[in-house]
Amino acid sequence: MDPRRQSRTVIDPKVRQVGFFAPPDRSQSVPLPQSSTSPPLSDLSPSGNSLSPVMIPPPRTLPPPNRLSSPLNRFSGDSVNAVPVGSYNPSPSVGDFFEEKSVRSPDRRRSGGGGGSGKFASSLPAGGFEMPPEVKPKSLTTVSVVSKLQGNVTDVDEKVGEQSGESQDVNSKQPLKEKTSKAERRALQEAQRAAKAAAKAGGNAVANTKTGKANSVQKKDNASSIAPAEKRVVDHKDKDRKKDVPHPRMQFDDATRVEKAKKRAVVKQTEVRNRVELFRHLPQFEHKTKLPHLEINFFGLNSVHPAVYKVGLRYLAGDISGGNARCIAMLQAFQESIMDYSTPPERALNRDLTAKINSYVSFLIECRPLSISMGNAIKFVKSRIANLPLTLSESEVKATLLSEISTFINEKIILADKVIVRHAVMKVSDGDVLLTYGSSSAVEMILLHSHELGKRFRVVIVDSRPKLEGRLLLRRLVGKGISCTYVHINAISYIMHEVTRVFLGASSVLANGTVYSRVGTACVAMVANACGVPVIVCCEAYKFHERVQLDSICCNELGDPDAISKVHGREEVNYLKDIADNESLQLLNLTYDLTPSDYVSMIITDYGMIPPTSVPVIVREFRKEHIWSG
Amino acid sequence: MWWRSASFILDRNDNPPQPESRHLTPPSSHMADTNPNPNPNPNPINNISAYYQTRAAHHGVVTSDWLAQAQAAVGRDQPSDSDTSLKSSASEKPFSVIEEFNNWRKQPDLAEAVAAIRALASVIRSSEANTIAELQSELKSASDSLKSWDRTSISLTAGCDLFMRYITRTSAFEYEDFNSAKSRFLERAEKFGEISYKARKIIAMLGQDFIFNGCTILVHGFSRVVLEILKTAAESRKVFRVLCTEGRPDRTGLRFANELAKVDVPVKLLIDSAVAYSMDEVDMVFVGADGVVESGGIINMMGTYQIALVAKTMDKPVYVAAESYKFARLYPLDQKDMVPAARPIDFGVPIPSKVEVETSARDYTPPQYLTLLFTDLGVLTPSVVSDELIQLYL
Repeated sequence: MDPRRQSRTVIDPKVRQVGFFAPPDRSQSVPLPQSSTSPPLSDLSPSGNSLSPVMIPPPRTLPPPNRLSSPLNRFSGDSVNAVPVGSYNPSPSVGDFFEEKSVRSPDRRRSGGGGGSGKFASSLPAGGFEMPPEVKPKSLTTVSVVSKLQGNVTDVDEKVGEQSGESQDVNSKQPLKEKTSKAERRALQEAQRAAKAAAKAGGNAVANTKTGKANSVQKKDNASSIAPAEKRVVDHKDKDRKKDVPHPRMQFDDATRVEKAKKRAVVKQTEVRNRVELFRHLPQFEHKTKLPHLEINFFGLNSVHPAVYKVGLRYLAGDISGGNARCIAMLQAFQESIMDYSTPPERALNRDLTAKINSYVSFLIECRPLSISMGNAIKFVKSRIANLPLTLSESEVKATLLSEISTFINEKIILADKVIVRHAVMKVSDGDVLLTYGSSSAVEMILLHSHELGKRFRVVIVDSRPKLEGRLLLRRLVGKGISCTYVHINAISYIMHEVTRVFLGASSVLANGTVYSRVGTACVAMVANACGVPVIVCCEAYKFHERVQLDSICCNELGDPDAISKVHGREEVNYLKDIADNESLQLLNLTYDLTPSDYVSMIITDYGMIPPTSVPVIVREFRKEHIWSG
Repeated sequence: MWWRSASFILDRNDNPPQPESRHLTPPSSHMADTNPNPNPNPNPINNISAYYQTRAAHHGVVTSDWLAQAQAAVGRDQPSDSDTSLKSSASEKPFSVIEEFNNWRKQPDLAEAVAAIRALASVIRSSEANTIAELQSELKSASDSLKSWDRTSISLTAGCDLFMRYITRTSAFEYEDFNSAKSRFLERAEKFGEISYKARKIIAMLGQDFIFNGCTILVHGFSRVVLEILKTAAESRKVFRVLCTEGRPDRTGLRFANELAKVDVPVKLLIDSAVAYSMDEVDMVFVGADGVVESGGIINMMGTYQIALVAKTMDKPVYVAAESYKFARLYPLDQKDMVPAARPIDFGVPIPSKVEVETSARDYTPPQYLTLLFTDLGVLTPSVVSDELIQLYL
C-alpha cells in the first residue's frame, strides 16, 4: 500500500489544468451513500474498464481488494471519458490532482480520475476512454458513471470518492481471493511483462497500451507507483491493455506524456516540428506518416475491427468529412463490428462490448480527433449497451443494439435533416440572395429543396483555403440549376451588401448558444451581423453539447500545417519549401472556430426554430429522454 | 435598402385571401373624411386586418354604420369560408364557432384570444360527438376556421393553438367514459378561459411594482393590459405621470389619455415624432403586445420598434405587458418576415394615385431592445419565452 500512497500524493506542477476541477465525483460506488449522486447519472458500461488513464500507474485492473468491495468498486466511468472531442485532450494532471485526494485503493484513484475528467467544464462526450476491462468480481454490480455524465458530475464531491476509497479499504481488508501477496503479484506481473514483450516483439504495438496509458496519465509517474499499478495487472488479461486510451483531455504540452501516449498508440505518429506555442496543448502529428503506416498494418491489427479500421483510414485521408457523414460512417462501422462480435467466455457482454467500443474509439481518435457529433453518438451507443437488460441472449442483444443504432441514425440525423429543411424553407423567399460558407449537408439540402419548391433565389458560396470545401457544394448546386456565385472569404465584406440571408452549418452548438463550426464561420457571421443580415444556423439537435467554450483556442483541432504552405495544383508555389524547418516559422492550420451567440439570429433544429439562448433548454428537455433513458 | 428584402416582391404579388375585409369599404370612421380608400395603389394591400379594425370597433371610435357594415361583412363572409368542413359542420348543428366568437369579441373588454377560447369551449359544450377523437377533430376544425377568419391576428392564432394543446394534452386514455372526458375537457376549457381572463389582473399586480413614485412613463398603443397596470398603480396611490404617443392612424393615444384622465393620472399627449425629444424625461416605457414571438421579441402596433430603439439608445427600460396566450411559434427575421396586416390610413387630404402608402399596422421589435416581459407566468426576460414555448409545445 505504501508505494501507492506515495504516488498519490504527488501533483505534477508542470501540468496545465484546463477546465475547472471539481472534487472527483465518481459515483463509482453505487450502493453507497455516494450512490445518491449516481442515480442521475445513467448507468453506463459496467465494463471493467474502470480505471481512467488519468489514474496513475497502470491502473488497468481493479486491485484485488477492489473486487471485494464490489459495490464499492466502481470502475470509473472514466472509460466513458475517453473520447476527446475535437482534439480535446484531458490534462493528465487531472489524475494527479485526484491522486491526492484518493488515498489508497486504486479504485479510489480511478474514481479520482473519473471525477477529474468529469470536472472539465463540459461533459465530455463519451469517448473511447479505454479502460482495461477489469475482471469483474462476481459481486460487482455497480454501474459506472457514463462518461458523458462525467461532466455533469462535477459537483459530486470528493466525499464520494473518499467514501469509495474508504469502502475499498474496508473491502481490501477482507480476505477475498484477490488478496494475493505482493510477491505473488509481482511474479505474475513479471510473467505478464514477459508475455507482453513477446507480443510486442510480434509487432503489436497495442500491447503497450496499458503501460503507456498508465504512464502517460501520470506525469509524475514514478517507479514505485508503477509497481502497485502493475500489481493490479495481475487480474487483467493481456489484451485488456490495449483498451487503455489516453485521457481524452490529455494535454500534449509535456513531452514525456506524449512519449508515453505514443507508446500506447496504435497509429504511429510523429510530431510536427514547429508548433505554435498557444496551441501546444492540441495534438499535432505529421500527417504523411500516418496513412501509409496504417494501410500497411491493415491486416495486422487484431484489436480493431476491419470496418472500423476502414473508417479510420478514410477519416485520416480526408475522404469523409462533415459531422453527419463522419458520425454515420462511424455508427455503421460499429454496427458491423457488433454484428461480428461474440462474447468471450467468462465475460459480461456489456462490459466487454463497451471495452471494445472504447478501443475502436481510441483508434478513431488517433486517426482524427472526434467531432462533437461523434462524441454524442458514442455516448448514446454506450448508454444503450449499459442499459441492456441482462437477461437477453447474445443474439437478441446484438439485434437490439443494431436496431437502436439504426433508429438513432434515422431519427437524429436523417429525419432531423428533413424537419430542418421543412422549417428552413419557410425563411427563403423569392428574390432572396442566400449566402453560405463551406459545405454543410443541412444547408445544401435546404437550398436544393427550396429550389424544388420553385422559389427564385440565388446563392453565394464563400470558400476558403486550404480545404476549399465550397467547391463541392458549388458543383452540386450548379448541377441542379441554381444560380450561384463563388467567392473566397477575403471578399466577404464586398459581397455581403447584396445578401439577404446567411445560412450556416455547425459542427456543434454549445450551451451558451455559441456555434462551433468550420474555421471561417465566425468571420462570415460577424460581417453579416455588421451589415444587418440575419444569420441562420442549421444544426441537428444531437450535435448540441452542454459544454461552454469562450474561445477557439482551448479546444480545437489542428490540421496538417503543410496544407497551408502548399497550393494544390500549382507546384511552383512553394515559397516556404526551404524555410519549413526554420525555428521562427510556425504554421497553424485550425479546423474549427467559435461564433459568439450574438451574431446568430436563429438556430433551426429538428425541434423547430429556436433562439441561441434556448440551446440549453433543448439539451435539458430532450437529451435525457433520448440519450440517457433511451 | 428596400430592394434587398424579397418582401417587396411579396407585397406586389401576394394577395392572401382575407375573407372579410376585402369587401369592406374602408372605415371612414375616425373622421368624416371623404377620401376613398383603396387608392389604386401599386401596392394593393386590400387585406385590411380585421384584427385592427376590431380594436377600433371596441373603443367606440367607429361610427355605427361602419359597425353595421362590419357585421354584415362578417355575416356575409361566412359562406365564403373555404373551410367546407366548417360549413358542413355549421350546417349540421345550428352553431357556428365564428358566430360564437364574434359574440364574444364584441365585448370591448375581452381580449380576442380569450374570446376565441370561450368560443372553442362552447364548441365542446354543444358538440354532438361521441368519441374523443371526433371531439378533438371537431375542435381542430373549429380552431382552424377561427384562425383562417383572420390570419393576421397573432393572439388569435396563438390562443387557438394553445387551447388545442392544453386540451389535447389530457390524454384520451385517461378517461374510459367519453362523457367524463368531455366534461373534463369542458372544465379545462373554462378554466383556461378563466385564467386568461384573469391574466390581466395578475399582470397588473406584477407590473405596478415597477412603477415608483414620481416616475414618468411613456406609453404607446392602446393596450388594455397596460391600462390595467396603470390603473392598479394609481389605485395604490402612486404618483406618476404618463406620456402618450398619439398613435396614428388609430388615435390610440387619444383614447388612452381619455381613460387615464378618468382615473386622475396626469397625462401628456405627444405626436409620434416627439418621442425622441421627450425620451430624456421618461423613466420607463410600457407597451403591450399583439404577439410575443419565439425569439422573445414582440409584434405590436406600428411605432413600437422605433420607440424601443430610442429607449435603448438612451438606456431607458422597455417593459412589455403580455398575457401568456400571446406566445406564438413565429420567428420573424426582419420586419417583412410576418404575415402582412394592413390598416388603411387616412391622411385627411386626397393622395394622388401614384403615391404608395405604407399601411402596415404593426412592426416587430427584436428582443435585444426589450428589458422585461410582464406575463401571467411571472416577470420574464425575453429569452425565457422560447423556454416556455418549448415546454408548451414540444
